[in-house]
Amino acid sequence: MARHRGRGMASVNYPIGMNLGGDPSQALIHSNPDGKFTVALSAIDLGQGMKQVTRQVAAETLGVPMEDVYVDTADSDTGPHDMGSFASRGTHRMGNAVIAAAREARGVLLEAAAEELEVNAGDLVTDGRGNIHVKGAPSRSITVKATAQAAQFKQGKTIAGRGIFLIPLSTVDPQTGELNPNTAFAHACLVADVEVDDETGEVTVLKMASAYELGRAINPKMVEQQLVGGAWMGISHALYETPEPYYPDPSHGPRDFNEYLMPGPGDIAPYSITVLERPAPDGPFGGKGPGEMCANPVLPAIANAVYNAVGVRVNDLPITPEKVLRGIKANGGARPQPRRGGGG
Amino acid sequence: MLEFRKDLFAAERDDNLNIVGKGAQRQDMPGHVTGRSPFFDDHAFEGLLHLKVVRSPHHHARIRAIDTTAAERAPGVKRILRGADVPLNKNTLLSLINFGKDDEPTLAVSKVAYKGEPVVAIIAETEQQALAARALVRVDYEVLPHVFDVEEALKPGAPIVNETYPNNYFEYHDRYDHSKLRFGDVDRAFATADFIVDDRYQMSPIEHAPTETNGSIAAPEQNDRFVVHSCAQGLFFSLGTAAKILKLESNRLHFVGGTVGGGFGGKVDSLTEPLSILGAMMTGQPVRYVLDREEEMLYGSPRGAERIYIKDGIMRDGRIVARRIRSYFDAGAYTRLSSYAAIKCTAHLPGPYTIPNVSADIYVAYTNRCPSTAMRGFGITAVDFALEVHMDKGAEACGMDPMEFRILNAYRDDDMKAHRRVAKNTALIECVQVVAEKAGWPLSDEARRQSSLTGGGGARALIPATPIDDNGRIGRPETRTGPATETLPAGTMRIPMTKQPIMEGSAEARPTPAAVPQYEPYRPTPASTAPAYQPMPAAPPPAMPAPPAATAPPPAAAPAPAQPTQHGAVRFSSVFGTRRR
Repeated sequence: MARHRGRGMASVNYPIGMNLGGDPSQALIHSNPDGKFTVALSAIDLGQGMKQVTRQVAAETLGVPMEDVYVDTADSDTGPHDMGSFASRGTHRMGNAVIAAAREARGVLLEAAAEELEVNAGDLVTDGRGNIHVKGAPSRSITVKATAQAAQFKQGKTIAGRGIFLIPLSTVDPQTGELNPNTAFAHACLVADVEVDDETGEVTVLKMASAYELGRAINPKMVEQQLVGGAWMGISHALYETPEPYYPDPSHGPRDFNEYLMPGPGDIAPYSITVLERPAPDGPFGGKGPGEMCANPVLPAIANAVYNAVGVRVNDLPITPEKVLRGIKANGGARPQPRRGGGG
Repeated sequence: MLEFRKDLFAAERDDNLNIVGKGAQRQDMPGHVTGRSPFFDDHAFEGLLHLKVVRSPHHHARIRAIDTTAAERAPGVKRILRGADVPLNKNTLLSLINFGKDDEPTLAVSKVAYKGEPVVAIIAETEQQALAARALVRVDYEVLPHVFDVEEALKPGAPIVNETYPNNYFEYHDRYDHSKLRFGDVDRAFATADFIVDDRYQMSPIEHAPTETNGSIAAPEQNDRFVVHSCAQGLFFSLGTAAKILKLESNRLHFVGGTVGGGFGGKVDSLTEPLSILGAMMTGQPVRYVLDREEEMLYGSPRGAERIYIKDGIMRDGRIVARRIRSYFDAGAYTRLSSYAAIKCTAHLPGPYTIPNVSADIYVAYTNRCPSTAMRGFGITAVDFALEVHMDKGAEACGMDPMEFRILNAYRDDDMKAHRRVAKNTALIECVQVVAEKAGWPLSDEARRQSSLTGGGGARALIPATPIDDNGRIGRPETRTGPATETLPAGTMRIPMTKQPIMEGSAEARPTPAAVPQYEPYRPTPASTAPAYQPMPAAPPPAMPAPPAATAPPPAAAPAPAQPTQHGAVRFSSVFGTRRR
């Protein structure tokens, strides 16, 4: 009886947003008289970071410091319509809506500043630190705060913006499946190293390495959070979880976390991630969205690694010790496959 | 650990940004880490009532009678709700975009189609009182035969799970029992392939297991509106669903949410909002309806199981020349969102590879289990598992390294995809190369030199001649297999490229033109370059698709059936044409 090491890989892509389109997002932005901005959305923050992504996108587009922008979500009386937080659509769809709204608000902001400075709005730039100045002449400047005060109390201008992003709905050809799907795709490849105990059938994930191409990592810390959390979910889907362990027989279903198997802290594997950025032509600053795809390559990479370790193909998830042992038995023993480089 | 490879695709990127790209702390982090962020259940109301539902103990049964007299007299009980109290007691979630027929009651009336289906709701002053009264409700059931297996459900004579779809499958385009993808001639390519790899995969159901279970609190406001504290993943989605079921104008509902304790797709279904609002309407008091952990786990709508069959035809040099897929989504008893997942899955095939002949039949089957719903990677996760394990087997069959096999078959910029649109902005090859380097997985020099930016297009941009069929007509299972009815000429496109996104904004200082997705017109170009990548001496190439013909203009689409009533703003695509009930 022995423990066998194995290595497997998988590569995937992922469509961003509802793939037939027809899923609009709206955003509203306004400034108070001190030049502090509120972004009002009905989008949902599930913990994925919707508020922070849109805050950074809004501040970047407005040309003001991030601290001068807060995002309010979600209240159906103040936040305009949005389809929702699913289908990896938040960053892409709502990010673009926020850009549209922020551009409009920035336009009014620069017009108000131009009136105060007695120049053309087209000659003005923002420094991202709360100032607006004439391009090439930093001394001819006004603060965002003074501009907002002038707009509100002197000029009678509304520094506000509205935005929508909509990819129109596609039709589908019934006979060929031809359609105009969503246009942004993220990509990933992942290698998993596992150890399989041929006596107990237990699979241990030793380590993982991945590369994710995500268009633009708008907030790298939040990308890391998604990818690490998603990889944990991927391990869990591959090896542990299901409410119907003998599907399609629905019996033996778990009722709580004592019975529903998920990996604990000791089952988490060291994980090294590399991020590539090929900006999406239609993404906010090129952003795509790692929300859903981060579990996907883990499942097949682990299944392939189990095969590499003991020569057993488990085609039905999850890869339980029972299935591994039955496979080893059917093969007349463990059959380790050729080692992949660096897998030791 | 996370690192960047900024050197890759650097020419396509402006990294000179102030805030985008910075790992700034989230604005809501202090509230989260100090436990002070308010979630839906953190709102106190005076006179708050509690709602619990009576659920079916049977997988499939006719309801003969419901007796609530004892429960009505139980201590603390304020109101009992039955199906007849629900203003519109039949809905399907995607009716908001006019996709699918209303098929699911809020409270079952004549029959239950899964174990755990809500039948009666009890509203009481405390949770304990509601639970005690729940045990006093008497439902007389006549147990019916059930079906749990997706393929069994599709056989003639199987028990009818969902009377709205009496053949136990979702109906596509008013015409077929499945969603189709046809690109090239897979049968001809299989006949020329050196290896055939054929297998079956089963994705298990999965529970979302959010920390915060599904729930909502609805309370009357003094201005004849209702405020609803919700954990919905789509605020207006849930508002619209509740407004429809309760026959209320949308502006009488004020939904508040936005901070949700984990969703992963399990909070799209509006499982609780319609009943908590209805309870508030009936009692004039605030009503809280929250699933306990056991309800969340057993009846909170899981990721659906999928059964997937894949057959690949592979040449000795490693090129995949044909891929056929047949897949079954297990919707459970009602549609919820499975119909859309199957569409998404169809469009995703054959995965991130350029394969000249692809065919897929994707079914959504109804079974007597809790309806499944969206979950992270919905429509994709399961088929990616199957495809990538199958790729491993394909590499083994032709004696190639699995990474080299992926790089050889990877899609590249300007390649034609199976849904007849050109691939852009691809990066699969680079991801494989970067991981290989990091993991110490040796690649050949040839594989390391490959790029997503080059080697695509040319012959790889052609739309092949494609045999099409009329198999799987609704209500005619005997038509599921049959010969092709005609062959579409090479280059045929039937759907206009109308996909220009709308990004509104006026009076703006627009630093750069609005970026829009580009679908380029299909321009067949003769193959001028050698095959992009040949890792070893190639066998004679298989018979390739017919040479390109002139692009056929899209034929006039059949007129859509009249739609006298609709709930959603727009008719949802051509996928579904039947008038909703």
